[in-house]
Amino acid sequence: MNTYAIDLSLKPTTFDLWHVYLASAVALLALILIVLLLSMVISQFRCKKKATIQQSAAMPEPTVKIVEKIVEVEKLVHAPAPEPVVLKEATPDAALQLLGLLQKEARFIDFIKEDIASFSDADIGIAARVVHEGCNKAINEHFTLATVRNEQEGSKVTLPEGFDAATVRLTGNIIGAAPFTGTLVHKGWQVTGIRLPKLTLGHNATIVAPAEVEL
Amino acid sequence: MSDSSDQIQPEEGAVMEIGNSPDQGVAAEYPQNRTRFSVGIDLGTTHCVLSYADLDNIDDEEFSPEVMAIPQLTSPGSVEEKYQLPSFLYLAHEAELAEDSTSLPWAAKSDYLVGEIARNLGSKTPIRLVSSAKSWLCHTGVDCKAPILPAEAPDEVKRVSPFQATTAYLQHLRDAWQNLNPNAPLNQQDIVITVPASFDPAARELTVEAARAVGLGQAILLEEPQAALYSWIEKSHGDWRKHVEVGDIILVIDIGGGTTDLSLIAVTQQEGNLELTRVAVGDHILLGGDNMDLALAYTVKAKLEKDGKRLEPWQIQALTHSCRDAKEKIFTNFELDNIPLVVASRGSSLIGGTLRTELTREEVNKVLVEGFLPQVAVSDRPISRPRTGLRSAGLPYAQDAAITRHLAAFLSKQQSAADELKDINLPKHATFLHPTAVLFNGGVLKAGALAERLMDVLNSWLTAEQAPEARLLTGADLDLAVARGAAYYGYVRKGKGVRIKGGTAASYYVGIESAMPAVPGMAPEIQALCIAPFGMEEGTQQELPDDEFGLVIGEPVRFRFFASNTRREDKVGTRLDYWTNEELDELDEIEIILPEEGRRPGEVVPVHLCAAVTEVGTLELQAVSEKDSSRWKIEFDVRGSDG
Repeated sequence: MNTYAIDLSLKPTTFDLWHVYLASAVALLALILIVLLLSMVISQFRCKKKATIQQSAAMPEPTVKIVEKIVEVEKLVHAPAPEPVVLKEATPDAALQLLGLLQKEARFIDFIKEDIASFSDADIGIAARVVHEGCNKAINEHFTLATVRNEQEGSKVTLPEGFDAATVRLTGNIIGAAPFTGTLVHKGWQVTGIRLPKLTLGHNATIVAPAEVEL
Repeated sequence: MSDSSDQIQPEEGAVMEIGNSPDQGVAAEYPQNRTRFSVGIDLGTTHCVLSYADLDNIDDEEFSPEVMAIPQLTSPGSVEEKYQLPSFLYLAHEAELAEDSTSLPWAAKSDYLVGEIARNLGSKTPIRLVSSAKSWLCHTGVDCKAPILPAEAPDEVKRVSPFQATTAYLQHLRDAWQNLNPNAPLNQQDIVITVPASFDPAARELTVEAARAVGLGQAILLEEPQAALYSWIEKSHGDWRKHVEVGDIILVIDIGGGTTDLSLIAVTQQEGNLELTRVAVGDHILLGGDNMDLALAYTVKAKLEKDGKRLEPWQIQALTHSCRDAKEKIFTNFELDNIPLVVASRGSSLIGGTLRTELTREEVNKVLVEGFLPQVAVSDRPISRPRTGLRSAGLPYAQDAAITRHLAAFLSKQQSAADELKDINLPKHATFLHPTAVLFNGGVLKAGALAERLMDVLNSWLTAEQAPEARLLTGADLDLAVARGAAYYGYVRKGKGVRIKGGTAASYYVGIESAMPAVPGMAPEIQALCIAPFGMEEGTQQELPDDEFGLVIGEPVRFRFFASNTRREDKVGTRLDYWTNEELDELDEIEIILPEEGRRPGEVVPVHLCAAVTEVGTLELQAVSEKDSSRWKIEFDVRGSDG
């Protein structure tokens, strides 16, 4: 029978097979410990994140719709003004009517359609009188025109903050903030009254000047 | 036109606001069958104007009539609103206009084309254009209900009568009103229609009849120069009393597109109040602004022909139009000394085919100022040449274009017009009636040069007789005054404001064959029996019981009919054996037919004559039976029916 004496002062003098087993087992256990510890730390870290999200999601549990609305708001922010831009379509009738009036009073289309290259300036000038006089009559009869700005052209004007950019157009060195001061280049025109003839049902507006046959 | 808030004035320079459809909004509160408006209609020779005022909203001396914008066709297919309705009627060929191109807001298709479209189409097709229908109404020698217009139309064109044309203009005005004021029918409003002061009884009667034909039987008449003065009074807002004084004689000179009308109105005093009395009216002178434009066009034509250019009729027409515009420009702009005139070719090629010439200030002055308003003496008279027998059936246009000579003749002829008024004192040496104030009317006198010359001539006559110069009454709107004044008259008739007294503008006579032995080869002598005196007031009547006639039942009896605008002293029943041509004007014959009505044909009924001036302002002649006092109307409009 083998008897094992315990002597703690004794030092091994040979590195035998058992020692190898022992050492590799220790190394293995240490590795496992490290892996376990690491995995625990990581899992704990993940758990914290999840917990915060779940907290915020779990609190308003009964009103799920609000969540959807929030999502919608986010969508709008992503695609600003997707609605189609509506451009006003000018009706052809009024335009045709004006052409007809200008032709009737001022022979406007006759003048524009004529090739003026072969005529002298004097001849064109005579015809221009017809056109000018007639246009003047037609325009005055059917429109009331007023200037946009009453100041003298070339004088200094000051535009206050919030001026109507549709009635006054800025050009040139546009910097700084209103009030803007600049030179009035063109006084502008605006129609303050319009009196176009009313049309009967049978009126064909595309005929701006009927052909004329004398019997 | 349905929305009154965004209405826009149809013509620039017009003084008045457009008539907001006056009845909207409040209309529902007003019961039907009630007069709300005083409506004045200026039925002019070249333009019609309608003015109205709301009688409910008038404070004393604050009367502001508005002028209605009249929707009318301006060319086929287009309808515009304009203050004036040109008094033209066009008889279109059935193939001429596309279907539905002549509809108006109130009618898909109208019987006649009137207004701007008529004038436009007629400028290229004159054979179908009816113009100056009003002048025909006063034309002795034609039957105004016979289809005679256009006078130059070929047989194929279905003509209309001057009466029908007048009716058509009134109908258009009525329909336009009805369209704008559906809750205030025109036949329930007070209506005043103006006529020239020189209109004879038959023409006045026809005008009233035309109004009746379109359902406006309540319309009354007013003389145009009086309407102009009413408008001046109304515009002065009570200040007129400061501008005239007792003893004034106001001369109203109305030069319109086609006629010149003269009237004298005296200012007198009655119990401390100023009174106005119309003391004289002139003859019907067919002379106006259109003559002036034509005169200019012919001057320019002569100038062009000197350069070897021949003008076609359409070019003269176009030239007349451009002369009218050029004249206005020269008269309003004193810096312009010549205006280029251009007449465009008719084809689509504008350049090269356009005719160019000039009208100078000198020419305008020579033709218009010297031609129409020459500096003459007050003793001068209009030149009249004997009419040639071959004259075509047309209007009796004035032969002498000098308006100043017509004026001289008028003032001299009316020298004693104000003799009966104690407030008017004419110097003994006066050779004509001295006007102290002048009121102008009519678009022609907007031209400063013409107005100035007219005043100069008149004042030169006055100065020559040591009389003070006449002053010009200003402030009237020369184009629209007559219609405005007519609307004001409707208000005056309600007892507000001052009323011009007048009565008939002439005394009237029938021709009676005098009882004397027949002389072979000589027409029996004729006496003129006065049946209505000068200045007979509206609503009065005069009978001639002493002058009895035997009328045969069923047989028409005709009398010669005369008028005098100078014989003020003649009373009813006065017989004239002798008169000068200036004193009495012969009008169309009048006719009496006694219907059979229970009497035997051929029976002779003794009657006497009775004259009445109706409230409307027309003269009415009646034959009154001596036996049973039954009355028969004597017709005026029998002119020309015997050929």
